[in-house]
Amino acid sequence: MTTELDVAYPARKLAARLATAACCAAVAIALVPLLAVLFYVAKRGLGALSVSFFTELPRPVGERGGGMANAIGGTIELVLLASAMGIPIGIAAGLFLAEYRTTRLARVVRFSADVLAGVPSIIVGVVVYATVVVRMQHFSTLAGAGALAILMLPLVARTTDELARTVPDSLREAALALGASRWRIAIHVVLRTAAPGIRAGCMLAVARVCGETAPLLFTAFNNRFWNESFADPTSSLQVQIFTYAMSPYDDWHAQAWAAALVLVAMVVVLNLAARRVLRGPKPA
Amino acid sequence: MVNDPAAISPSVRPIDEAPRASVDRSLVALGGAAACIVGLVLLALAVSVLGMALPSIRELGFGFVVGRHWDPAHGDLGALPFLYGTIVTSVVALLVAVPVALGVAIFLTDLGPPPLRRPVAALVELLAAVPGVVYGLWAAIVLAPLLRTTLEPALEAHLGFLPMFRGPKVGVGLLCASLVLAVMILPTVASMSREVLRAVPTELREGGLALGATRWDVVRRIVLPHAKSGIFGAVLLGFGRAVGETMAVAMVVGSRPEITGSLLSPGYTMTSVIANEFAEATSVLHVAALAEIGVLLFVLTFAFNVAARILVAKVRGSESATARDVPAREDHEAA
Amino acid sequence: MTARESSPEKMRAEGLSAWFGGKRALKDITLPLVERKVTAVIGPSGCGKSTFIRCLNRMHEVVPGARTGGKVLLDGRSIYTRDVDPVRVRRRVGMVFQKPNPFPAMSVRDNVLAGLRLSGIVPPDPNRLAEDALRQAALWDDVKDALDRPGGALSGGQQQRLCIARCLALEPEVVLMDEPCSSLDPAATAKIEELIHELRERYTIVIVTHSMQQAARVSDFTAFFNVGELVEYDLADVIFTKPSDPRTEDYITGRFG
Repeated sequence: MTTELDVAYPARKLAARLATAACCAAVAIALVPLLAVLFYVAKRGLGALSVSFFTELPRPVGERGGGMANAIGGTIELVLLASAMGIPIGIAAGLFLAEYRTTRLARVVRFSADVLAGVPSIIVGVVVYATVVVRMQHFSTLAGAGALAILMLPLVARTTDELARTVPDSLREAALALGASRWRIAIHVVLRTAAPGIRAGCMLAVARVCGETAPLLFTAFNNRFWNESFADPTSSLQVQIFTYAMSPYDDWHAQAWAAALVLVAMVVVLNLAARRVLRGPKPA
Repeated sequence: MVNDPAAISPSVRPIDEAPRASVDRSLVALGGAAACIVGLVLLALAVSVLGMALPSIRELGFGFVVGRHWDPAHGDLGALPFLYGTIVTSVVALLVAVPVALGVAIFLTDLGPPPLRRPVAALVELLAAVPGVVYGLWAAIVLAPLLRTTLEPALEAHLGFLPMFRGPKVGVGLLCASLVLAVMILPTVASMSREVLRAVPTELREGGLALGATRWDVVRRIVLPHAKSGIFGAVLLGFGRAVGETMAVAMVVGSRPEITGSLLSPGYTMTSVIANEFAEATSVLHVAALAEIGVLLFVLTFAFNVAARILVAKVRGSESATARDVPAREDHEAA
Repeated sequence: MTARESSPEKMRAEGLSAWFGGKRALKDITLPLVERKVTAVIGPSGCGKSTFIRCLNRMHEVVPGARTGGKVLLDGRSIYTRDVDPVRVRRRVGMVFQKPNPFPAMSVRDNVLAGLRLSGIVPPDPNRLAEDALRQAALWDDVKDALDRPGGALSGGQQQRLCIARCLALEPEVVLMDEPCSSLDPAATAKIEELIHELRERYTIVIVTHSMQQAARVSDFTAFFNVGELVEYDLADVIFTKPSDPRTEDYITGRFG
């Protein structure tokens, strides 16, 4: 039997080599289109980027130049507003899920959050349109931010939940033995221990909704000018990329690449920052 | 908590629980309320999209799902072309993406050179974060012309005996949408599969290696069988994402509600028709029909996501106690 | 001393060092392993004893970031030269782990034959082979009616003997045991120790243990490790009765570690 093994061995070794080569090839195949996207965004985007892109409003068709100052502002405004709604509720819900994990409410909500995370974002847009936009009778920044907040909720809640659950029970018991109450422990011990992870999770959620476009199409809509209040529709980088990319004008395509570059830069910076936050306190 | 003197020394804070207890209760209630919001939002989404779809459900009945024509101006509304487009693009995307994603996942956990694993993993995660609309922009301006000039003629020349590779060579269409979807779901499927493979206990891998198995033997005969259902879950999750993706598809699918049987011809999907027509739909029935497509989308993604999560949780949950990056052996744990 | 010099060496570590990333876990170990004898490696937690035996069948390098320096000889030939395939080394030098790790998806029989199954080989007489290995591991009587049950369904002690059977089925020349009894109860431990007594007739055995009593009971030679260094190596009787190094004495008398 030993000899059989030795006879078969060259074939197995070859199989192992082939499998390893196939996996390396898979990595190459996967990275080529993905890096191509980044390459084009960087190349075309840098070519079209200028100071006026950050300072000026879009020009009408035919006029060259102009910028997307209002869209950059709009994206930031939408995301901040959405975070203001989504993050606190998400963290509170996540803590509840972790601390009362065995209750029926927690189970139902955890399941709902998982389902909500999988709902296509366009549906959120449709529903916010029907419930907010129709009622207010116009598109608005607030409606757009609301739609984004709904998308953030399950992400933040589940991240908080997962991280809070990794806080060892011994720590909770130590606090309980010192006479602290359950919810105080949740806030002072669990939340504080899990804070870096939760912060990173929130940043990733923000990065995620930064790029969300579908739910904005019929909520925040678009605006050629600055929005004057949260009740006005607003422009955003995401929607501008879509609109300009679908237009037949080369000049607008160039602007779309520039917008894509700015958007990708925002998302990448948020992602890297989240990684750094995660790695910061404990040596990796 | 040791820093909090109040928690240790009863003399600092009198043992008078009443006010604290009530503060406590209201904080718990607040947390509970926040949790309820998450549940209620889901419920509200489901109920209101169903409510919006009611006129269409009542008027068109089951015929809506099997109707092959979509002509809102004449009230002729059938959703089949969109179901067809969504399923075809998602399935083709999976066929392209899953083998590659699995290869990447195995590279990251078992077969790749260790120094390369971390940077490749980081890159894959980063690419998962690029917004769909950016992939759409790339697909519309770079990929579609490339398909028109090179890939599609080549496909027809070599595989043209199959009807699915015959058709107009216009770049945009189901094939283009499928390919961009494949690129987009690849990082998702790869990183989910990686999680699942990582959850296979290190002891089992080492047990196999110590018996004189090659790393590939271990992957094929221990790791993959062990992670089978979890990988299937990752694939379903990728399918759910492909079905729900809107922007990138809307930008390259060609927006024509037809069922031609060819991958090269333009088509339409459930998400992209909502994105394109919802804001401009004027008739009650048109709006309701779009909402009903939303209901179908909801049901489809719901089913796939729930199935996927159950499968992934089964693998991860049962092994989470032993899932470790590095085996914890006393020799290098003790500092 | 004369016993040591006259016995043939099966393996030998020469100036062996090992690292985890930047951390050095073993420093310059030189140690002979005598053929068909039991060598026990003892020492406090973190002394490098597990790392040491993992270097003997090139399992150490499986951990990301781990590397080795120096030499390990098997029948006088280095196993760390470029042309040596670790997979072949592991076929000749088998290993039993601290925690029993039968493959949960395989039956008892398939677990015993796992070394072949993993390599895609179907032996001509699998039942015979499985029975032989299980008998050698003193497990046959316990499981002969349960060969098709999953390996994970056995008790902890039986699982560990299954892992030993799985290792013996490949007819290795050396068997490494990394604290094989640390997760077992006293009765199961006694069975494994008995088994080691029988196996020394056919195999060269290296056992890592944190129990000095166990080392004294089962071993012919004993090596005492401390903070990654070999402090003392000698006949077990000598180590446990009149050690020459004061650190060894402190350890075996319980004043330390």
